Amino acid sequence: MQNELENTIAEFQDRIIADRNLDTRTKDIPGWGMDADPENDPTYPMKHWNGADHERLNYEKAPQQPIDMEVLHSVERPGITRVFGNSTPPSGLSGAVRRYAYQFSEATATHWMTLILADRINVIEGKLSDLTHGILPNPWIERGWRAEWKHNRPAFISKAATTALLITAGLLLLKKKNKRK
Amino acid sequence: MLAMNFRGPRQIRLDRNKPEPEIKHPYDAIVRVTRSLICGSDLHLYHGRVPDTRVGMTFGHEFTGVVEAVGSGVQKLNVGDHVLVPFNVACGSCPHCKQELYGNCNESNPQATAVGGFFGYAHTGGGYDGGQAEYVRVPYADVSPTKIPEGMDLENAVLLTDVVPTGYQAAEQGGIQKGDTVVVFGAGPVGLMAARFAWFFGAARVIVIDHVDYRLEFARKFAFAEAYNYRDMKDPVLFVKKATDYFGADVCIDAVGCDASGSLLQDITGKGLLLQAGSATALHWAINSVKKGGIVSIIGVYGPPWNLAPIGSLMNKGITIRANQASVKRLLPKLIDHIMSGRINPKEMITHRIPLEDVSDAYRMFSSKLDHIIKPLLIPPRAHAA
Repeated sequence: MQNELENTIAEFQDRIIADRNLDTRTKDIPGWGMDADPENDPTYPMKHWNGADHERLNYEKAPQQPIDMEVLHSVERPGITRVFGNSTPPSGLSGAVRRYAYQFSEATATHWMTLILADRINVIEGKLSDLTHGILPNPWIERGWRAEWKHNRPAFISKAATTALLITAGLLLLKKKNKRK
Repeated sequence: MLAMNFRGPRQIRLDRNKPEPEIKHPYDAIVRVTRSLICGSDLHLYHGRVPDTRVGMTFGHEFTGVVEAVGSGVQKLNVGDHVLVPFNVACGSCPHCKQELYGNCNESNPQATAVGGFFGYAHTGGGYDGGQAEYVRVPYADVSPTKIPEGMDLENAVLLTDVVPTGYQAAEQGGIQKGDTVVVFGAGPVGLMAARFAWFFGAARVIVIDHVDYRLEFARKFAFAEAYNYRDMKDPVLFVKKATDYFGADVCIDAVGCDASGSLLQDITGKGLLLQAGSATALHWAINSVKKGGIVSIIGVYGPPWNLAPIGSLMNKGITIRANQASVKRLLPKLIDHIMSGRINPKEMITHRIPLEDVSDAYRMFSSKLDHIIKPLLIPPRAHAA
């Protein structure tokens, strides 16, 4: 990815180029700005346009929250935001997969689908971590089966019976296949 | 402390020993939660549809609480203040915040530029632990957290952190003109609020479409809407066209997002195979049901990276799409006035008050729509502490 244009373009030039154009180039463009209408803003009233967009990133910022943990950040921004959430830093195999995902922009499927993959790996890591810490997951509570039993018993029983039946049928089928071999 | 702990799709644990949050930045506050809600958009996390949702995280972006500690730079809040905390984490000084787009702050979410910072909403929302816990770290405490007005019911206050402004903005984005017919897809809490607020903008007809009968019944009472079950229709778009003199609705609101039902193709590709970011059925219906030159307001949450939607119809019909996360701080003064003057009493939609200890049950009940649930409220054991 090294030689692609997005990796070689000079950064933070947008306002410099825009100001230069406003100073010189736009004068020579017939009709420039004559139909500009500040009220033609489809985002109103959600956005109260005041021109701050053209400051780009040159606004007054809060002090930086100390970066005392690993914080992944989108490649579409120049760095970490002044504050960030400190919940669950990346770790283990899922963390490695997340680090890979964050090399790609938010416009790519690679970024998001890799994060979904990392999430699924993280679930397995969570179960392994539970077991190593002597915690036995309690699906009755944690999966809300207790609530289903209380409020939706017939459907819950029928779903559980169907699942049990399918698992038994699958196991029997496997056993039969193994016997044939 | 007690906190909700995500263990994987459809698996929630009550963590009894989560470390209490600490001040990490001069503009932080620590808040002891007094009320917390489960949002329909929390269900997208619960179902595993939002990328970068990490095991061990605490959800919850709708909460009120008492300020227990403040950082050295906090000037407007004091220890002991009882505040409602908007779901947006907003710096107040970036161009987006300065133009009142508090849901699109540039300094609160390092992980994604497509999304602002939100409490308890995966690392895609900035990696903040949320309010389904006893304590929460609240960054930029001087910007969004708002002291609960004297005399305001706590349950109305907590609803002001998301669902009320989100429903209001759904209607506001619709650009509703006096006399308009507005169709709201989805009778969840946000859809109900959007339908209720559509009248505030001068709608002459408000039609709600969903598939859950008890919610449709609630829509008739709470939002004064005509309410219809799409399972009683062969084609909901044809129904709307016929109901609007074959013209199309003036405004359609998608208040469902990526967990929509109603289309086998969308269900399989979006919710089964994850080939798109959930099911875009409601958006599809909205685009096809609105009049030519009409407005579609999207308030339902969709994950990245894409969804199947009829862009060709959008262009050919000259439709305007307006969408955003609610900018809660911008809307609070107006909405506080609507509540305090008695024009609306949103707490009517809280059907279940559940101890935080039973958070796993609460998620399952909300997800499976058990016991005629509309909006579940969580109450932490320390809510009433001195």
